Amino acid sequence: MGLTRRSFLKIVAAGTAAAAAPLAGGQLWGRFRIRPGTRLPALVASRETPGTVVQLSGLPGPDGDVAVAYAAEPSARVEPGEAGRRWVMVIDLARCDGCRECTRACTAMHFVPPGQEWIRVYEMKDHEEAAPYWFPRPCMQCDNAPCVKVCPVSAAWKREDGIVMQDTSRCIGCRFCIAACPYGARSFNWVEPPHTPEELAKPDDIEWNFRHRKGTTEKCIFCPGLIKQGKLPACADACPMGAIYFGDQVEDAVTNSQGETVRFSELIKENAGYRSLEELGTEPRVYYLPPRKRIYPAPPAEPEPATTGGHR
Amino acid sequence: MPRRPDPFSPRERVLLASLTDAGPGFYALVGVLLAVIAWGIIAYTVQLRYGLGVTGLRDNFMWGVYITNFVFFIGVSHVGALMSAILRITGAEWRRSVTRMAEAITFASLLMGALMPFVDMGRPDRILNLLLHGRLQSPLLWDIMAIATYLTGSTLFLFVPMIPDIALLRDRFAAGPAWRRRLYTILSLGWRGTEAQRHHLERIMGIMAIIIIPIAISVHTVVSWIFGMTLRAGWNSTVFGPYFVSGALFSGAAAVVTAMAAFRWAYHLQEYITEAHFRRMGYLVITLGMIYAYFTFAEYITPAYKMAATERGYLTAVFSGQFARLFWFTQIGGVLLPLLLLTVPRISWVPRLQRVLFLRPVPALATIATSVVVLLVLPAVLSRTAPLGGFEVIRQLPLWIIAALGGWFFLTLLPVFRQRPIAAAVVASLLVNVAAWLKRFVIIVPTLANPFLPIQRAPIGWAFYRPTWVEWSITAGAVAGFVLIYLLFSKVFPIVSIWETREEGHQPAPASSPAGEHGAVADAPAL
Repeated sequence: MGLTRRSFLKIVAAGTAAAAAPLAGGQLWGRFRIRPGTRLPALVASRETPGTVVQLSGLPGPDGDVAVAYAAEPSARVEPGEAGRRWVMVIDLARCDGCRECTRACTAMHFVPPGQEWIRVYEMKDHEEAAPYWFPRPCMQCDNAPCVKVCPVSAAWKREDGIVMQDTSRCIGCRFCIAACPYGARSFNWVEPPHTPEELAKPDDIEWNFRHRKGTTEKCIFCPGLIKQGKLPACADACPMGAIYFGDQVEDAVTNSQGETVRFSELIKENAGYRSLEELGTEPRVYYLPPRKRIYPAPPAEPEPATTGGHR
Repeated sequence: MPRRPDPFSPRERVLLASLTDAGPGFYALVGVLLAVIAWGIIAYTVQLRYGLGVTGLRDNFMWGVYITNFVFFIGVSHVGALMSAILRITGAEWRRSVTRMAEAITFASLLMGALMPFVDMGRPDRILNLLLHGRLQSPLLWDIMAIATYLTGSTLFLFVPMIPDIALLRDRFAAGPAWRRRLYTILSLGWRGTEAQRHHLERIMGIMAIIIIPIAISVHTVVSWIFGMTLRAGWNSTVFGPYFVSGALFSGAAAVVTAMAAFRWAYHLQEYITEAHFRRMGYLVITLGMIYAYFTFAEYITPAYKMAATERGYLTAVFSGQFARLFWFTQIGGVLLPLLLLTVPRISWVPRLQRVLFLRPVPALATIATSVVVLLVLPAVLSRTAPLGGFEVIRQLPLWIIAALGGWFFLTLLPVFRQRPIAAAVVASLLVNVAAWLKRFVIIVPTLANPFLPIQRAPIGWAFYRPTWVEWSITAGAVAGFVLIYLLFSKVFPIVSIWETREEGHQPAPASSPAGEHGAVADAPAL
């Protein structure tokens, strides 16, 4: 076909330039630029500091600091989260009696639209011989968050204090994050959510997770609005059993609704704390204490009829 | 009144007939297609107004028919450019009369496929966020880039070899309406058929044929990664890229066969699309089908052998549970039967089937009809013998009888198909395409039905997926849109390349074609 090497190179160069032009031309490039010389172990995004990679403050991981890559971009609406904090939740399954006060408190506080439960209490049975137990599931605020990875528009991103945030005013409703989340922790507003006067009276605030918008994804975000006021998240505060502890991993202290404050590391070590679906490597920020020596009633042996699938 | 000399040679007349003649059948078809598209648009406005809640999609089944359509259309689009590029590079001469058909399928199907994710979006009004806030680490952005590149590349690949034909139309379509002449003048890009222009054309096509191959493969690989990049059991598979590519090639090649038969019949192209073309395309479909079957086997046998707890749920649902009928139809009806149908003309024992009394059409059909009547009566009888209900076999019996009757019917048809290889190829390719759509559905939905944490406390109707009329209407609209784009393309441009089929020596061109005299490379009409 009469294609010499030189002309081939010319074509390749022209093709590359053509492909790179839209990237180099716009501001897009700045958005994806990563400061050189920084490790990029997990591709998790944030929008706090434009164009930089930030070492997460907090606890050292198995091989040094937990570093997170930031495909950062500025946004006036966004706060970086409380500096030097690493929020963590511990749920004691031995104390959970399945009353679902946590779900109700959460739904009331955030005006959660019908059909959604941001903290859902499952009835679990690990294997044939195992005893059934209740399993409250908030958003796990994963450090290696699958939802954040796949979000095409930074509507989901990871804050420095560990919270995976969700911006319903940016979400395009592709539901890739729902597909990616192994915990089923994300919900979609399939229709226009009902707006109560109470909800409309409150300011539209990303840290309180309202207002709700049709065609966008929402989820539990550990109530950053309440944390800022020095309070527990709504679910932890409402639990009559004190089963949900919440606190700061850097401080190494977690507190429940009974006012019990304990050392996080000791609580986990002494009670064989674990994380849900640990084998997936999502690095959740929610820990569970096994349902051992339970003094509260277990769920009925047969799970409810609408139950299908799952292996946990 | 002096008769003007006919500007077209008889050979061109056949190929150009589709551009000039439009019977009532054409207008009726366009009318039906427009009606279906309009209905799809109405359904979409309903969805826009009330939200995706009008679909059967819910939190557990966040993707469904739209994403199935997306994968299906992108898959069908796959083959056109890729097949044509490979045949071009390998210098397969028989390709000349079918490449443009194949490339036009790519064009039409890609447009519909690219539309689907936007139909699926909860907030199409925020579409610009993809540009303003796009993040390259999301596979969705890879999809957008790959599809945009492929659309550009395959359109060029379709357009460039069409330029000489467009120039011919420009020069000879003096009688046509003004918009046609203007369109052809613009699109022919000043083609005069000079030696230099021909040289450039050959070079561009040589380069494009090579560049388009990796682009085409990348497109469907990236499409598979919107599933492969998640942790979900059934999607979390390393083989998804090549598996999707092979499935796409298989369904796309089958679509080309259907299109060949349709145009051959509608535009009387028997001279250009011969039985030999169907035989060769048949070989291609058989090869691709076997590759696809191999990948399917590899994809399912590795988890099925281990039956790990995470994968057990969706595997049982697919092999013997809720989705078993769909799955086995895609494998038997969508791979095995089509491959058999395509090989029928070569199987020597098929004519011998007719010697068997019960495989001759009349006795066979009579028996089958009787059986169907009995079968319809059977449930009424069975319900009265309810105490027998303990036998699961009896409840399953109608299904087995239907399957057996279907197999019998198929055997009686085999000798018929042997005599009509084109009919066999069309039936086979339609089966392949229906099954291809269903297989994409079976890839998406069973995995969603079996998540890591069980589906619990789902509101009524949220624990399973049943597509609604909105989804079916939009799907029908998309299929109609695909057919309409393809049809209109064939009305504006010759669907069989005129200058390339001449080069093949199909009908030898005059030895000294006066290139440039008419400003075209076309045959000079014998005056």
